[in-house]
Amino acid sequence: MEHISTPKVENVKLLDRYASRRAASGTLYLTATHLIYVDTSAEVRKETWILHHHISSVEKLPLTTAGYPLLIHCKNFHVAHFVIGQERDCHDVFTSLLKLSQPVKPEELYAFSYNPKMSKESREMGWKLIDLKLDYQRMGIPNDCWEITDINKDYEVCSTYPPEIVVPRAATRAVVMGSSRFRSRGRIPVLSYLYKENNAALCRCSQPLAGFSARCLEDEQMLQAIREANPGCPFMYVVDTRPKLNAMANRAAGKGYENEDNYENIRFKFIGIENIHVMRSSLQKLLEVCEMKSPSMSDFLTGLENSGWLRHIKAVMDAGVFLAKAVREERASVLVHCSDGWDRTAQVCSLASLLLDPFYRTFKGFMVLIEKEWIAMGHKFSHRCGHLDGDPKEVSPVFTQFVECVWQLMQQFPCSFEFSERFLLEIHDHVYSCQFGNFLGTCHRDREELRIFEKTHSLWPFLLQRKQELRNPLYRGFTAYKELQPNTLPFRCKSLCSQWWSKVILKQEKISICLQMINPPQPFLAVNESLHGPLPCSRADSCFVSYAYLLHKTKPPVPSLRLCPCPARPLQVWCWSLQCALGPVCSQCL
Amino acid sequence: MEFAELIKTPRADNVVLHRPFHPAVEGTLCLTGHHLIFSSRRRDNAEELWLLHSNIDSIEKRFVGSLGTIVIKCKDLRIIQLDIPGMEECLNIASSIEALSTLDSVTLMYPFFYRPMFEVLEDGWSSFLLEQEFEHLSSVTNEWRLSCVNKDFSVCPSYPPVVIVPKSIDDEALRKVALFRYGGRFPVLSYYHKKNGMAMLRSSQPLTGTNGRRCKEDEKLINATLRSGRRGFVIDTRPLNVAQQARAKGGGFEQEVHYPQWRRIHKYIERFHILQESFIKLVEACNDQSHNMDRWLSKLEASNWLTHIKELLTAACLAAQCIDREGASVLVHGSEGTDSTLQVTSLAQIILDPRCRTIRGFEALVVREWLQAGHPFQQRCAQSAYSNSKQKWEAPVFLLFLECVWQIHRQFPCSFEFNEHFLILLFEHAYASQFGTFLGNNESERAKLKLPQKTMSLWSWVNRPEELSRFQNPIYEANSLVIWPSVAPQSLQLWEGIFLRWNRPSRFLEEAEEERINIIKYNKELQAKVNVLRRQLAEMEADGEVQEGEEP
Repeated sequence: MEHISTPKVENVKLLDRYASRRAASGTLYLTATHLIYVDTSAEVRKETWILHHHISSVEKLPLTTAGYPLLIHCKNFHVAHFVIGQERDCHDVFTSLLKLSQPVKPEELYAFSYNPKMSKESREMGWKLIDLKLDYQRMGIPNDCWEITDINKDYEVCSTYPPEIVVPRAATRAVVMGSSRFRSRGRIPVLSYLYKENNAALCRCSQPLAGFSARCLEDEQMLQAIREANPGCPFMYVVDTRPKLNAMANRAAGKGYENEDNYENIRFKFIGIENIHVMRSSLQKLLEVCEMKSPSMSDFLTGLENSGWLRHIKAVMDAGVFLAKAVREERASVLVHCSDGWDRTAQVCSLASLLLDPFYRTFKGFMVLIEKEWIAMGHKFSHRCGHLDGDPKEVSPVFTQFVECVWQLMQQFPCSFEFSERFLLEIHDHVYSCQFGNFLGTCHRDREELRIFEKTHSLWPFLLQRKQELRNPLYRGFTAYKELQPNTLPFRCKSLCSQWWSKVILKQEKISICLQMINPPQPFLAVNESLHGPLPCSRADSCFVSYAYLLHKTKPPVPSLRLCPCPARPLQVWCWSLQCALGPVCSQCL
Repeated sequence: MEFAELIKTPRADNVVLHRPFHPAVEGTLCLTGHHLIFSSRRRDNAEELWLLHSNIDSIEKRFVGSLGTIVIKCKDLRIIQLDIPGMEECLNIASSIEALSTLDSVTLMYPFFYRPMFEVLEDGWSSFLLEQEFEHLSSVTNEWRLSCVNKDFSVCPSYPPVVIVPKSIDDEALRKVALFRYGGRFPVLSYYHKKNGMAMLRSSQPLTGTNGRRCKEDEKLINATLRSGRRGFVIDTRPLNVAQQARAKGGGFEQEVHYPQWRRIHKYIERFHILQESFIKLVEACNDQSHNMDRWLSKLEASNWLTHIKELLTAACLAAQCIDREGASVLVHGSEGTDSTLQVTSLAQIILDPRCRTIRGFEALVVREWLQAGHPFQQRCAQSAYSNSKQKWEAPVFLLFLECVWQIHRQFPCSFEFNEHFLILLFEHAYASQFGTFLGNNESERAKLKLPQKTMSLWSWVNRPEELSRFQNPIYEANSLVIWPSVAPQSLQLWEGIFLRWNRPSRFLEEAEEERINIIKYNKELQAKVNVLRRQLAEMEADGEVQEGEEP
């Protein structure tokens, strides 16, 4: 609370991005965790809640006749434009938000203070909801070829891996330890997914410390063990998801990629997904496109193309499709890595698993997938999402891209996922919210040190409780579709993307991840939402009526903020973004 | 002429048919006067493909040894490939198709030969008469009248025999106004907004010429639609400079001095060859197989198609806004008043009038604002995106209109009684059809061709209950409100149903549609059950009360 000098400011305007005459007027409150804006001008009490952790930037804009503007950009792409009457108040709010939105110590994160009034037992149960061992059991592991080992229980093999990892039975302790010395940060090849039908395995690791000529016998034996665990195929793929040029540059630093001559029967392949810095600037460009005031069609399409975002999405999808195909059709095991094996590798491994196994397209399965490929395997959520004040160069929308890829799949296979886009959006919001412990820290060891299992709650039980509202009504069940074989032709992907402009990005009828708040949310229901949602369809349509359409100037409709008026139930802070599509009242309040 | 003369090889065996996303099939190819028929009698999947010759946009042939290959590109944008063994057969077939798909006489077209296999419940040729529309109108206002001034098409050859005009204007005045408007297209009522009594008129450009001619009757006619003291809007679909240049050729625009009560807005909508080029570029981009995202996006951008959609929707919103929000009457015209004018007036009605969002209402709109209003379908739809001939009067004007409707439909999925398939159907039939509905360029030509007597109407077929059910939107819920679409670039999408229709596997999307329909159906059943139970409960309660009352 020491950062809050002015907890309440009256007569604050909240500007509508598209219709300046419809500015709301109300009171702004700062609490320890949220910025709350109460619209007093509306007939119905309207509240806007913004979690401090969601704020990515706060800007003071030049003075206008209405007062001192304060522009807030959020990590979930929500934008709020306030105008405050007094300069002092504006400055106070500004400095408070700067501090509050950039916590320095992990203990300041919301998860450590969040208290949903839940018994200790149920909190602990919550953490046990997702058990990765059960997932390996589902794959038939341990079996003759694969075992779950606790060789990493003291983090001797790899500090960013979980204590228990799955490696080939044939790989002895010496092989594992030897291989770990030859892999960047000790991230040795481990199993990610075993395709039971033909024993082909999907494995992941980091780049080898090969330099220009170094080799490691144990690492070679490790790969051999993986290959031999799948007797159905005489070779295995080693896939480097980086562009070849990047991989070659790494060789100069003593890292690099596998030399095909040193490893027996491997087929080496580059896939060419760009690195986190390229992705970060791509998203930045995309956001700029979507923030253009009134772009022409051509501005928009050119901007979209120049951002490269869709190209990157397609590259990730293509990689996932390649892995799934290799496993399913060529019956070959695949070992995937990038540089450290925690960004691109996580994306493509989880995508391939999703394509191969219908289990991961259920609620529980998707949670398992995220726990397994992202959380356990050390995707650095804390750095990539900028949870704490830190190096901005470490921030990158890697997880956002994965979620978008899943969304793309949903568009092509509308009946194959148990959950709806809203579920994806919830997860995406919480990755940034720090309200739950799951995504804190950078790896398992980190989370143990933060004692998140004792001090915080797990997100998953909260989401499962809301299964009814997050489900996909079109889902045809577990057995309806086995493997998915998506089409990634550009116009397909584009058609994906064209929906993506409006749905993913603009959270129109289908909500998805990027920029949903930057652009005008369209107030009509998704067809499938309208089927199970409590609101009648025509009501969504009628939202358009309120839209002031100025002569000569086409204005995109609907305010960019439309919040749920219900009192402060913590989860509803998150559901506002979803509720925008459903109109002013959130379904929980009905 | 006998079609047989054009068909040297009526039949070829062992022909292989290739289509995207379908395995190749071997079968027999037959040519008839109006169809190309491919049938495969394989036991596992016997199938037949019937293709109207008039649906064929272009044809290419090539040879590898004695195996000839014909690539047929259709007006509905489908591309199929036929491998025909034997060079002579292939050449014969190709030249027959070429000849049969480019017949220049309307009376040789299939609609004149087509005999329906269904029972006609309602003759579509008389389903949507302007008289009925007028009856509807006169129930709310008596400011308008039906004029038969054009009954022999002498005043305006591209207008229907009857039109609706302000009551205070007599036929004599209309004749004078017709001389002052290009092609005789004097201002007529397009839409009456019941909510506030405002009217939308359409016409062609006034013939003011360089010396600023005026026509008192014209001014009187359009002023008759204004409330006292209120201004109206003229929406000119040309940019100002084009309108000014038009004066040199005898055309022009309404000058402020003579029309002080009208404010003129120039809202440019692209026309003719520019649209056709855009259409061709877009279709080419959609058939590009290079798998490159940037290339696709830049081609999409370069085609400008979505820009045209955006501009058109904007203009329609503007017209609708003037009427509904500003409470003003509107006159829409461009040059001829047969293309962009009709796009604007018909789209504005989709936005304003809930009736136009029903199936019958939309059919009536197409008849009223396109067929009767004299959109030259025969010229505009003679060729589609694959044609090599560069005729300057071909343009996807009607397709653009349908796509705009689709865009609005997408934004208001529950407000339309019809579904996407209905729009696709209209697109197909405008370009090639067994029905006579879209033949001819205007009502006068249709009368001369005796289409109502000699051909079947599309509406006769489509309005039969069994056909209609395919075009119903399962989530329709009548919405009596004005629907304002978003025209921001982010809100507009490519119409996959048309442009990627043959380039996407549709199984999963169809399954989703099926699932939606099932859910709606199930929901309705449950709702019915609930109603029955409620009624029972109410009855039982009523009985209970009666009994209680009897007891003492």
